[in-house]
Amino acid sequence: MLKHRVIPCVLLKDWQLVKSIAFDSYRTIGHPTSTARIYNARNVDELIVLDIEASLDIDEINIEIISDIADECFMPLTIGGGIRSIENIYSVLKAGADKVAINTIALTQYDFIKEAANTFGSQCIVCSIDVKKIDGKYKVYNTTKGVCDIAPVDLAKRYEEYGAGEILLTSVDREGSNLGYDIELMDLFKDKIGIPIILNGGMGKPEHAVEALRSGADAIAAAHIFHFSKYTPLDIKEKIKEGGLPVRL
Amino acid sequence: MLNNSIVIIDYEMGNLRSVQKAFEKMGCDAVISNNHDVIRAADKLVLPGVGSFKDGMANLKKLGLVELLGEEIITRKKPFLGICLGMQLLAKLSYENGETAGLNWIDATVQRFDFSGLSQTLKIPHVGWNNVNFRNENRLFEGVLDKSDFYFVHGYHFQTNEDVITSLTDYGRDFASSLQKNNIFAFQFHPEKSQSAGLKVIKNFVKLETLRC
Repeated sequence: MLKHRVIPCVLLKDWQLVKSIAFDSYRTIGHPTSTARIYNARNVDELIVLDIEASLDIDEINIEIISDIADECFMPLTIGGGIRSIENIYSVLKAGADKVAINTIALTQYDFIKEAANTFGSQCIVCSIDVKKIDGKYKVYNTTKGVCDIAPVDLAKRYEEYGAGEILLTSVDREGSNLGYDIELMDLFKDKIGIPIILNGGMGKPEHAVEALRSGADAIAAAHIFHFSKYTPLDIKEKIKEGGLPVRL
Repeated sequence: MLNNSIVIIDYEMGNLRSVQKAFEKMGCDAVISNNHDVIRAADKLVLPGVGSFKDGMANLKKLGLVELLGEEIITRKKPFLGICLGMQLLAKLSYENGETAGLNWIDATVQRFDFSGLSQTLKIPHVGWNNVNFRNENRLFEGVLDKSDFYFVHGYHFQTNEDVITSLTDYGRDFASSLQKNNIFAFQFHPEKSQSAGLKVIKNFVKLETLRC
């Protein structure tokens, strides 16, 4: 039986891994390779690394450090931030990543998703959607473009249609908050999307993971809990198992 | 003495570096190449790959590898490890985006997951960790526990009536997650991404004795 995945999602900035709160106020959490090594030893199901400097166009994608991280990962590695071309994807995969997360370029050029999926296969293309609640309504939010017009679920459907393999759905409001995943947001997606959804943002205790998976998330991503609490990925997985859901221990 | 030069076939499809790293971790320096002389000189060959079947076949043809791999693996019987797309390409025909002929080393087809007639429709691609339920002996599973979790990521699966399937995995229905036919070993999952169980499979491939013909 297919298991739900527990995925640390960390940010890369100035050659360091950092953690943000609501996409702001970054704190350094450690050196990328040692962190990757620890996660590998802890048998996490996957690792997502987002390069925020590259994403904000401050810098090129840091291939050297991605390659160092990949050397420590014998589990799947997804790299995001600053992916703007087919060549970018090729170089990131060549450095040892297995999948790429794309955000800004997907939002502006759906055809890019199609081209990327045709070239590398859908399984390689994770489309990332960041969501903010504004005046009681969920809106797609992009760090460079601001608030966008399209409804999050419509955007996800569009991504699926154009060949995305997975959706990384992040609640910006919950990110780093410890308040739990945004279940109301997940409810909007339930049974509407035919590709796996990785829900991100807000896990403060293992029970939150169970809630998210029960509400239809296929996998959960988190960072804050692993770096600023006593809980390990194994604690989360044990709680998921206790909740009667399939998970790899 | 164990003759053990391993070449990972570079046909411009996907995560070659990941596979090479797994071999390095198991103490074996595998070379990534599509040079015919290098491939001919190798003791064992690995065909990894993620991406579309059509592109995979087109690239193998473009690089003149279809005949060469046939000679090295079918005629000279070098141990061969196919991973993910590298397993699917062994089939006669794939239905991914139309119909594409494969290497035809095994009388098989590659089909999209079909959940019709089931009570629930599952998501495609099949992404994540799933049990590999052993069916017949596969030398590369030596020391691996039955029903171990391995990492999968694919939207199509291998289907054959030949008696070569060594494990099944349940995703809506059972599908073939590995095979062994003489010197040919292939896995739908990614051993290079499946932590300790996967590294054991890689190690077993490294340990296989070679037949020099």
